[in-house]
Amino acid sequence: MTTESGADSEAKQPQENKETEKGKAKAAAAAEPTSPQNQPEQLPAAAGHSTPARKEEQEHQEGDQVSHRSSTSRLSRSPLKGVKKTKIMECKVAMLDGSDFTINVEKRAKGQVLFDKICDHLNLLERDYFGITCRDVENQKNWLDPSKELKKQIRTGPWTFGFNVKFYPPDPSQLTEDITRYYLCLQLRDDVVSGRLPCSFATHTVLGSYTVQSELGDYDPEELGSDYISELRFAPNQTKELEEKVMELHKTYKGMTPAEAEIHFLENAKKLSMYGVDLHHAKDSEGVEIMLGVCSSGLLIYRDRLRINRFAWPKILKISYKRNNFYIKIRPGEFEQFESTIGFKLPNHRAAKRLWKVCVEHHTFFRLISPESQPKKFLSLGSKFRYSGRTQAQTRRASSMIIRPAPLFERSTSKRYNMSVSLDGAPIMENHETLMKDSAADGATKISTTGDIITMVTTEKKAEEEKAEQEDARMDETQEPTGTTPLGRDTKYSFIRRVKGENVFIKHSNLMLEDISPPEDMVKHQTNISELKRSFLETGENAPGLTEWEKRLSSSPVRSPREEAPMIEPLELQDTKDEQPAGEDPLEEVEPKATEAAGYLVKYVVDSIATDLATSSGPHGISLSTTMDDDVFMDGTRREVDEVLERSEMKVSPGAVRQEVSQAISDKKGTLIILKEADDKVDAEGKETRAAGDEEEPVVPEEAKAEESEMLSASKEKESISEDASVVVEAKTKMQSPKTEIKTDDMTQIKGTDSPKKAMASWLSEVVKSEVISESTKEVKQTKASDALQQEEEEIFTFEEVQTEQSKSSLSPITVSESSTTSLAVSTLGCVSSSEKGSAEPEGKMGVAMETKAAPAESTGPTGLDVVAVGTKEVPVVHTETKTITYESAEVDTNGDVDHGVLLSAQTITSETTSTTTTTHITKTVKGGISETRIEKRIVITGDTDIDHDQALAQAIKEAKEQHPDMSVTKVVVHKETEITPEEGED
Amino acid sequence: MANMCPYGRFTHAVVRGIPETFGKAAGDVRENGETSVELAKAQRQFGCLTGALRQKVGLQLIEIPPDPELPESWRIEDVAVIQGDTALITRPFKQQRRSEMEAVRRVVSELRLTVVEMGAEEGDTGGATLEGSDVLFTGREFFVGISSHTNHRGAEVLADTFRDFAVSTVPVCGGVRLRNICSMGGPDTIIISNSDGAKKTLRMMEQLTDHHYEVLTVPEDSAANCIYIKGPSKVDFLLHRPAEECPDSVSAFQKLQDYTLLPTACSEASKLGASLSSLCLLINRKHTHF
Repeated sequence: MTTESGADSEAKQPQENKETEKGKAKAAAAAEPTSPQNQPEQLPAAAGHSTPARKEEQEHQEGDQVSHRSSTSRLSRSPLKGVKKTKIMECKVAMLDGSDFTINVEKRAKGQVLFDKICDHLNLLERDYFGITCRDVENQKNWLDPSKELKKQIRTGPWTFGFNVKFYPPDPSQLTEDITRYYLCLQLRDDVVSGRLPCSFATHTVLGSYTVQSELGDYDPEELGSDYISELRFAPNQTKELEEKVMELHKTYKGMTPAEAEIHFLENAKKLSMYGVDLHHAKDSEGVEIMLGVCSSGLLIYRDRLRINRFAWPKILKISYKRNNFYIKIRPGEFEQFESTIGFKLPNHRAAKRLWKVCVEHHTFFRLISPESQPKKFLSLGSKFRYSGRTQAQTRRASSMIIRPAPLFERSTSKRYNMSVSLDGAPIMENHETLMKDSAADGATKISTTGDIITMVTTEKKAEEEKAEQEDARMDETQEPTGTTPLGRDTKYSFIRRVKGENVFIKHSNLMLEDISPPEDMVKHQTNISELKRSFLETGENAPGLTEWEKRLSSSPVRSPREEAPMIEPLELQDTKDEQPAGEDPLEEVEPKATEAAGYLVKYVVDSIATDLATSSGPHGISLSTTMDDDVFMDGTRREVDEVLERSEMKVSPGAVRQEVSQAISDKKGTLIILKEADDKVDAEGKETRAAGDEEEPVVPEEAKAEESEMLSASKEKESISEDASVVVEAKTKMQSPKTEIKTDDMTQIKGTDSPKKAMASWLSEVVKSEVISESTKEVKQTKASDALQQEEEEIFTFEEVQTEQSKSSLSPITVSESSTTSLAVSTLGCVSSSEKGSAEPEGKMGVAMETKAAPAESTGPTGLDVVAVGTKEVPVVHTETKTITYESAEVDTNGDVDHGVLLSAQTITSETTSTTTTTHITKTVKGGISETRIEKRIVITGDTDIDHDQALAQAIKEAKEQHPDMSVTKVVVHKETEITPEEGED
Repeated sequence: MANMCPYGRFTHAVVRGIPETFGKAAGDVRENGETSVELAKAQRQFGCLTGALRQKVGLQLIEIPPDPELPESWRIEDVAVIQGDTALITRPFKQQRRSEMEAVRRVVSELRLTVVEMGAEEGDTGGATLEGSDVLFTGREFFVGISSHTNHRGAEVLADTFRDFAVSTVPVCGGVRLRNICSMGGPDTIIISNSDGAKKTLRMMEQLTDHHYEVLTVPEDSAANCIYIKGPSKVDFLLHRPAEECPDSVSAFQKLQDYTLLPTACSEASKLGASLSSLCLLINRKHTHF
């Protein structure tokens, strides 16, 4: 074995049990770049149950050996404290390579501690797919709960564990590191050999051959001998014939690296129908023996080997258990009226609970963006258990941040099946590398429920997902090298970048309501601020992570060849302006949420596309999931943050007329707000700019651009770059030069919005008119308390803007049809801006933070979800807080055909009560012979009282559903603005 | 998976000629009712089918000579389920058909396929019956129609044989076979009849699958059975019943873009409850491991 050792690491000695005592992953990631210290003396390889005395001895050993790590030092100190003697237990962990790993932990340590130690030992960063098993009294495998103490989970028996794959990634090629794939391979080999993963002879052959290649390298009869193959096991019943076939194939792999062989192995294994299916014996209601299989996509019911039913996660509303019964509540099908509950009998209570837990965990891991915070919602019975680790989405996100060079590790010949003794079971570790940027690498993700921004994404895993994933893989190859191409940006990519504050968290609730969210998309929504911050700050190092990220998101349902690799340029003020390919009219959607009292926009789309696969099989109704991105803007924090980012992303989302339309409205608002801010700070200049730009935009957009570029030389860049249909816009704002930056932002926004304006139909403009007016009025009301003159100016200005926009829109009513023939739509998915003016510094030091979240169209369909929040703090007194929630289902045609059809009719109906304004907007279009009716409903609720937006939303949706039972809700945007107390904002 | 590639790639077709005892088998009367079948016409239609497979599509055709002793032996699809390099020799529901398999077994062995038997009457699979016309292989998974001719045990054997794939059972209503109401129309396309029974089956299939298929619905049962083959030159061929046999459905096939449509008559065989696919076994001898 070879080790690249860090400066401070000694040469490693092969030893059976290498103890790596480190703190949590966090500590590691915090990157004391120390390599694991090897123990000078070997621990007894197979120490049995140790007596207390001996334990202490071992502690001392450890303490001596590894003194400077926090956890270790704690370990070593603790016995000295005397009073509460921490007992150290020796844990024996059966590793995936067949070796046993012995490790000491405090008796009262939590599962996470052990897990982290093992992962550290393995040098594994993408650890969320793995878990620790232990056998209960019935010799059943149970997963250790990392958040609970070990000793409570092992009531009796020795402290023996297994390290296993817990969540089998549906697409292993999306794993970031080879080392992760290697361990997954080891697990799968065991699954195959044990018969848990049944496969045909041909598959045994293929998998076996890749195993051989990965473990032994190229076929070499001289070195390997002729019988080398029978040392390895490939199948439960290994025959000579199988071995011969394996050898035959092995010969053809010359030159294939172990990592490649493992990728091939996994590509084959993942397609097996039982891949990643966790089977549980049960009986159905009639007492027939069946098997329940839990997997990434849902729950499978087998009778013998036959699949007799399947419940995808989205179909399951609730999972529960009672005594030895396990229940699932099923969402009513297309033709059913009521939900139904199906019960299964498990052998005993423990089995029922075990199954239930596994379901909860799989559901959370594969379906949710982030773990649910309250166990109440989806699991009402019994246990408070919930999955507290990272979800797949989160782990993908985190692993995209891995920036260490691929670690060297030894692929030990699998001891379990191999007679020969390997020299060293311990994989080599390289801990001196900075591990993950994500400092919250430990399993428990913090969750916070309150905040300003609520993001929610619902995306639906579609038919193409698998395809898309494959596509992904393919794209990976091509994209990797071009990851840093300045221009291109794939449709799918979306990023959330947050720079301010440490307090961005994601919460996911409302679990079972969502449709499947392709992980790719979800990933972006959970963003750890510090990650982002760092990734932005470390310009150079950004590339690898992002490349990975790009890979992830690259699965485009549309697979437009035009799309190029995305580019993110963290620190530079650079706007990439997009231009539609010839003949195509981009719709750019900037969705910065303006200050709106509380608007609910519910959009219905009749899904009349006959060939829409998703429609045919997926649940139709509204699918909602809630994720909250909490972003609390605090003044202090803000001021301290001297780098603020503005990012807007354009998304090429063909076929996503709906989004576009709905977002177009907010576009304008967004523009307004931005402008308003600019106004504040930049004063007359800004106004002029704005005015000029706005006036000209509708007619001669180029001119507007020119104007802009005059103002800001940087914007020239934009133009020159504006070639591609995809856009990434990033702007960094620095405190020292607020004006310029604001301008930049401004410009960006303007640019972003000009084409949507073009694209807007006249009806839209009408809606916008009324909407915006009412909003701004409201705004005025709200902000009036903040007596500042500026404030008022702003408002007025905003108003003017609105008018300008109106006229603009009416100037170009035809554009809609233009855009409807477009096959590409570019949209900026979201933009968050917040501006703050410190009251102490009236001349306007300000931090402008713009955040853009873009939701990529997922692999399944062009869906965007944007959440935007604007925290606007005005001079002294009043804060306005804006909250926007977008719910969107991904029911968009998957064919990538972006024929938006011909607009048949459009009508807008507005009704008002004292506190609400409802604007209903109905459009009929014909595309490809199919007529489609879209109804867009906008409800603005104004009032002093707190509005429970959830309730109001639910109400709105309900009403809408009742009114149009034959339509489906594709997008819901909730936008909320409230006043907050100044203190909150200022500390 | 080693065996997994998009549906439709075939290199060989195995057929068996129409014997003069065509339509004389016990039980045919029941299915047949009053209608009489024309032997000569059936043979002509058979000739057209084989001609299309060989000359238009470009498959290697292996024709097993007809056996007058086995009046139903032309329904060769029933006696074997072939996927990848494995051929499962089935056990048809009718006792008298079980000797049809010998010739087929010989042929598939010559093609160096791994032959799996369903076993003797006794033993594990006692009582298991399975007919190929109840099996829809989509390239990704199997659907086995539980019908009057195929039972759960038979499906289990199939699942045991093709372990790489999910094998789901679906109900087939009205005494027909699964393949009478649906067939593959492309790598991800299922052609299915518009009848209520077929819809029910389709819903079940959609419930059970992890994948998403495009569905091409045709108004007539007879049109739902087609043969899709991706030819050597990557051309999509679809053998379907001609307009005379399913006047309302032909327009549906036109929706398949860039397909070469090969209308192939099958009126006589269909009188006996068979259809186009009943007449041939398709085999792919070019495996691609990846």
